[in-house]
Amino acid sequence: MVPSMSLILTNRVGQPESYTLQVFEKTGGYQSVKKLFSLQPNQVIDEVKNSGLRGRGGAGFSAGLKWSFVPQDTGKPVYLCVNADESEPGTFKDRLLLEDDPHQLIEGIIIACYAIRSHTAYIYIRGEFDLPCQRIRSAVAEAYAKGYLGKNIFKSGYDLDVTIHRGAGAYICGEETALLESLEGKKGQPRIKPPFPAVVGLFGSPTVINNVETLSALPFIINHGAAAYRRFGTEKSPGTKLFSVSGHVNKPGVLEKPLGYPLKDLIEKDCGGVLGGKRLKAVVPGGSSVPVLNAQDVETVKLDYESLMQHGSMLGSGGVIVLHEGVDMLWALRNLSRFYAHESCGQCTPCREGSGWVDKILVRFLREGGTSADIELLKDISNNMMGKTICVLADALAMPVLSYLKKFPEDFAAHFRGKTAQAQMHVL
Amino acid sequence: MIMTDITLTIDGKQVAVPKGTSILQAAITAGITIPHYCWHPGLKAVGNCRMCLVQVEKWPKPVASCVQPVSEGMVVKTSTDEITKIRKSVMEFLLINHPLDCPTCDQAGECRLQDYYMNYDEVPSRFAEEKVSKNKMIDLGANVMLDQERCIACTRCIRVCQEVAGVDELTLANRGDHTMITTFPGKKLSNPYAGNTIDVCPVGALTNKDFRFKKRVWFLERTPSVCPGCSRGCNIEIHHEELKVYRLLPRYNPEVNNYWICDEGRYGYKFINEDRILRPRILEKNISHLVSSDEAVDRLAGLMKGGALDEIGVVANAQETNETLQALADFAKTVLKTRHLYFSRREVENPVSDNFLMTADKNPNQAFVDKLGFRPLSTLKEVRGLLVLNSLSPADMKKVIEKKVPILGIWASNENPAAHSSAVVFPIPTYAEQEGHFTNVRGLTQKITAAYPPRGEARLVSETLEELTERLQTNARSYTQNSYPLSPHL
Repeated sequence: MVPSMSLILTNRVGQPESYTLQVFEKTGGYQSVKKLFSLQPNQVIDEVKNSGLRGRGGAGFSAGLKWSFVPQDTGKPVYLCVNADESEPGTFKDRLLLEDDPHQLIEGIIIACYAIRSHTAYIYIRGEFDLPCQRIRSAVAEAYAKGYLGKNIFKSGYDLDVTIHRGAGAYICGEETALLESLEGKKGQPRIKPPFPAVVGLFGSPTVINNVETLSALPFIINHGAAAYRRFGTEKSPGTKLFSVSGHVNKPGVLEKPLGYPLKDLIEKDCGGVLGGKRLKAVVPGGSSVPVLNAQDVETVKLDYESLMQHGSMLGSGGVIVLHEGVDMLWALRNLSRFYAHESCGQCTPCREGSGWVDKILVRFLREGGTSADIELLKDISNNMMGKTICVLADALAMPVLSYLKKFPEDFAAHFRGKTAQAQMHVL
Repeated sequence: MIMTDITLTIDGKQVAVPKGTSILQAAITAGITIPHYCWHPGLKAVGNCRMCLVQVEKWPKPVASCVQPVSEGMVVKTSTDEITKIRKSVMEFLLINHPLDCPTCDQAGECRLQDYYMNYDEVPSRFAEEKVSKNKMIDLGANVMLDQERCIACTRCIRVCQEVAGVDELTLANRGDHTMITTFPGKKLSNPYAGNTIDVCPVGALTNKDFRFKKRVWFLERTPSVCPGCSRGCNIEIHHEELKVYRLLPRYNPEVNNYWICDEGRYGYKFINEDRILRPRILEKNISHLVSSDEAVDRLAGLMKGGALDEIGVVANAQETNETLQALADFAKTVLKTRHLYFSRREVENPVSDNFLMTADKNPNQAFVDKLGFRPLSTLKEVRGLLVLNSLSPADMKKVIEKKVPILGIWASNENPAAHSSAVVFPIPTYAEQEGHFTNVRGLTQKITAAYPPRGEARLVSETLEELTERLQTNARSYTQNSYPLSPHL
């Protein structure tokens, strides 16, 4: 039976003053810490490995495995960086966790730091996140005051400092190595890998970068064990995931669902169906970067890493953007290209030049109409961008372009020269 | 650290290179060219231009060969259809927003975009949109001009400032296709190695204010030489056409200067073109007369024969080559049999030096002067007259005037106060017009070559010294001090 209520991450969401230490502790907060300090760090890593928890930032890499890559013999400090730079269009789940349950994140940070033997954590938070930043700030202050952070936390003999760092408005700083550059005070640009951050990360030291949602799942795993976590979700995608549903649904918002939950149910049952009773046209299931699904895909696809892969898309950040029949997919794609052209860090040639080029072609398509040669050009540019750059921002534009062109060719054909009446409706 | 060799295969060729070598460097070892923009052998690899992507067997994605270290048994392919397409696409991406203003671009002829376009692209543009416009004429400072539209954001210039000059003066601002190189707000490019940013710029983004618009590079000949600007002896290339030097560029020498030179050296070539002494001359009743070389030698021989030869002092100069200095020393010891062996040198006020290339001694050959036993002119004893090489430093000139010692003859390439007061003046070639050697501060002797024949009637010092020797040993016409009184010093 698939449970319909929130069970792991969002139990406190919506409760009055859920963000305070008082409410948090009343509702079982910081309970995992006692058990945590009775375990060896390696046991914690094993427990998280066994839980099958996968990174919720988008890549879906095993969290426990990532921790196990951290070398302990370098003589350098180990750092934890909390990626709270949530900027993927259509994604607003970390914001909720930061606003409504910041202490759950801090509890997760304590667990992760203990596991990787780190005494310093940085929370890199998106600059535009005002309320989330206020909430996490006061939560960190409360935790320090109570002796839950700082020296000898929970009288365990273990020291842990948490520092909050606000971003300055760059999407790319959510990419983990660009985040490190930015945290070091440099321009946010992804680094070449290898070396991976686990070996050479922040200030040249071993570093783990975990997403807010990943860390927030840890208290449950320590409290109830890996097996309890695995009761949710599927074999390969265990646990629950937050889905930020936006666009043409009657009840948009953030929902926690076990992985493997049918997308159709999410839209129809949980979000009240498509807005205005219109027909569903497309769904972007995992944040703006992932390939788009059409209505037919939505009939069968389940919200887990494997099922979405089978349908040619990805779970990504779980940002579900629902589009109804009134949407011109060319216009929707241009909305994305504008974003990626603006956010490309400009480091690698194919992304720097390609993202702007794609955007200009799409604008021309909308304003003056295009040709079938433009379609071929768009595909070729996308293929020339994909997999050719240091990070995957180029892919994050190329994949939507290719999938929109493949799944909705009629929307582009409608803008071929001589058929521009529709195009003129768009004010760019 | 023990360097273990790694064996890999590149395009079917087996290569063994030390551990840690990049694929690109291994390919160079194997004689295989992998095109690149951002990689420079003297700078940290950053892998941003994506031109050097290659395929490695069993790897899912192409990799940037400049940053990817080799591994044992790796099978690298640099010329597959996919790689050919990637290179074409990178070229296309680089050119879509490039202004394509080659006819007015100073980089034309030595531009990587031009070269690689012919090698890897050679198709018409598919770009039908409006190009991004940026600032085309920014004076960054230190003689460096920036055209942001031509820039390909390879960041070589940023890295030169950071890694060679040790300063953060340039950076990338903005994002996406609005990315641009710039200095920090209100700041100028001002490090003493700034000129190297121009050399490493693979395109026409950074050009040299001193050189731009003066000459198309394909007209320039290149002659290897050694910088005479200080005692470091940085290896340089003289770029010249006919009898004029247009610029100096660094020449790679890992023992001395790697890929770099300082700006002081870079712009220190002007004396080769300007203020030259091109014909022999004599001073007669305080008036300078141009004469033939023969006449000049005769005149000097006559002046010298007016008294004992061993009462004449010679003044070497740390600006001259080993060969010239040796010739003067031999002449002084065997012909004049004088013990008055002095030297002068180029002295500047507050000489700049650092722990990298620039030394405080602004002469290329003090080491050899010392080796030959010349003494500072400040120790000048009673002599009848002086034979001077090149020039005298202001302090030495003052000393000569105080002691009222006449300068009988000078061998100089450029006008200078000592030449103005010398009874006889012989034009000599600058370092750019002769072969020879300089011995640098670390005792390393390095060869210089002649970019072109000596200008005007300039001749090597050794040639006139030989003629002078002949004249002094025969009873040719003699001149006395009485019949041709020397002028007071100017």
